Amino acid sequence: MGWFQKGSSEEREKGKLNIVEGMWIKCAFCRAVVYRKEVDQNFKLCPKCGYHFPLSVPERLDVLLDPGSFQEWDADLSPGDPLAFTDTQSYLGRIEIYQKKTGRRDAIVTGKGKLQTSPVIVGIFDFGFMGGSMGSVVGEKICRAADRAIEGNTPFLLVTTSGGARMQEGILSLMQMARTSAAMARLHEAGVPFISLLTDPTFGGVTASVAMLGDVILAEPKALIGFAGPRVIEQTIKQRLPDGFQRAEFLLEHGMIDAIVSRPRLRQTLHSVFRHLGAGV
Amino acid sequence: MRDFLEFEKPLKELEERLEKLKKSGSERKALPRLIRILQSRLTKTEQEIFGNLTPWQQTQIARHPQRPSILDYMKHMCEDFLELHGDRAFGDDKAVVGGFATFRGRSICVIGHEKGQTFKERVKRNFGMANPEGYRKALRLMQLAEKFKRPVVTFIDTPGAYPGIGAEERGQARAIAGNLFAMSRLKVPIVAVITGEGGSGGALGLGVADRIVMLEHSIYSVISAEGCAAILWEDATKTQAAAAALKMTGAELLKLGIADEVVPEPLGGAHRDAEGTSQSLAQTLHTQLNQLLTTSTEQLLANRYEKFRQMAALADD
Repeated sequence: MGWFQKGSSEEREKGKLNIVEGMWIKCAFCRAVVYRKEVDQNFKLCPKCGYHFPLSVPERLDVLLDPGSFQEWDADLSPGDPLAFTDTQSYLGRIEIYQKKTGRRDAIVTGKGKLQTSPVIVGIFDFGFMGGSMGSVVGEKICRAADRAIEGNTPFLLVTTSGGARMQEGILSLMQMARTSAAMARLHEAGVPFISLLTDPTFGGVTASVAMLGDVILAEPKALIGFAGPRVIEQTIKQRLPDGFQRAEFLLEHGMIDAIVSRPRLRQTLHSVFRHLGAGV
Repeated sequence: MRDFLEFEKPLKELEERLEKLKKSGSERKALPRLIRILQSRLTKTEQEIFGNLTPWQQTQIARHPQRPSILDYMKHMCEDFLELHGDRAFGDDKAVVGGFATFRGRSICVIGHEKGQTFKERVKRNFGMANPEGYRKALRLMQLAEKFKRPVVTFIDTPGAYPGIGAEERGQARAIAGNLFAMSRLKVPIVAVITGEGGSGGALGLGVADRIVMLEHSIYSVISAEGCAAILWEDATKTQAAAAALKMTGAELLKLGIADEVVPEPLGGAHRDAEGTSQSLAQTLHTQLNQLLTTSTEQLLANRYEKFRQMAALADD
């Protein structure tokens, strides 16, 4: 697990949203330099290749939910430091930096809202917070969201983007895989729909647990999704990886996901999924 | 001949000198006394080394090439081990061994990673790194155990799930997730034993259990010390610091409330006495299984859920 790299969020943002004098951005997929306004006005899609630029949490909520319907839960949950972990910097010090930078306490936002007037519970990972890594807070918020989904028989939608487990929490971060999976198993027994939407990138401990447990699993076009990071695989097998490896299209081809959904069609597709899996239709 | 680890060099030297002396057949009067002196120096050095193991040294013992594995434990702890093969979908993963065995008169389902003891066997077993088939075979066996109401005991010893092209194509992530999901609700008792190296998701894929037992020198971690050093320190020479920071030994996991019990090993590690280690482990398993088998299924599942639900460290806890 823990395939995210130190400082990778900044590097990633630089790479992906390479800002050229503010008006232009570079597509991480086709490398075309495109007009930012055009991207912003069309769900943040690359006008050349259709790559889906990463969305911030507020942008994701805008794309997903009925305007003004979102109510956040557990926003005040903050991580402890079970290992008193320090590498070149202390874990708590690092957390503080990311909390200041993002205005969030940890790497996920959960809450309830409405999608085409139907209630839905959502969890949205924030890659900008330590690479969207899953530690105790992410695990806890997913479990609590699942509890509420059972209570209200409300469908649960999880939007993932993560480098994997948060290694600064050591074994406790690994255990978040077990506890979120256990929460999904309870949701399953209660007959409440769980949908996961995998976005670029989703790796490691998040993929190998909650992300791949959706009743229906959707992904955004060209999103990189996998268990092991591409560099780890290359170092292990000493071969170059084939083109398109671990992209959403590759996962669809291999039967790992149900569908690839572009952002303009997302609400409509989710509504249809909930209609077919949810109560009362 | 046993393999000596780097930090065991002083022992190797003493043992060799002692051996030479014993074999010399010398008639010297002082010989018995010399042997005694050397023997006591050896014992003292052993106690010094093994009484103060660093986390990195523990890691090396956990990964010792002669470390006993599930097949050794089957030999010493169980009777009539019936190995079952295949995931019924793609293949038979030799990095994961499983089946049924008789343990103290009771039929149990056993599943574990197998690294292999010789180089040839290690290649065949992919060094204990399972592909999706391994996790799916394990799941199939667990579901058999559930159907026939047999408790499950898993033996965990892997560097991690295999990171390869085929593994990704065939859904490594989904295979592990599927096991976490199923094990959290499996209607029979599960005891997981970390026997050697508990490497990340590949270990956890057999690790969701009612009881988590660790052998004294086993380790269990979200990432290897090497991987952690490379990523967080960006410096491969910081492996020892990473091993310490990750707190991955049995004693640490007991403190963190993850491990339920740590089974002592013979001085120097389980490979020095596989049979003795098996006996200690068998005693623990016997006690744990007896407790779990008297718990109702409903209570068992509620307790298991609660056990994992508690595994979080939040601020102001």
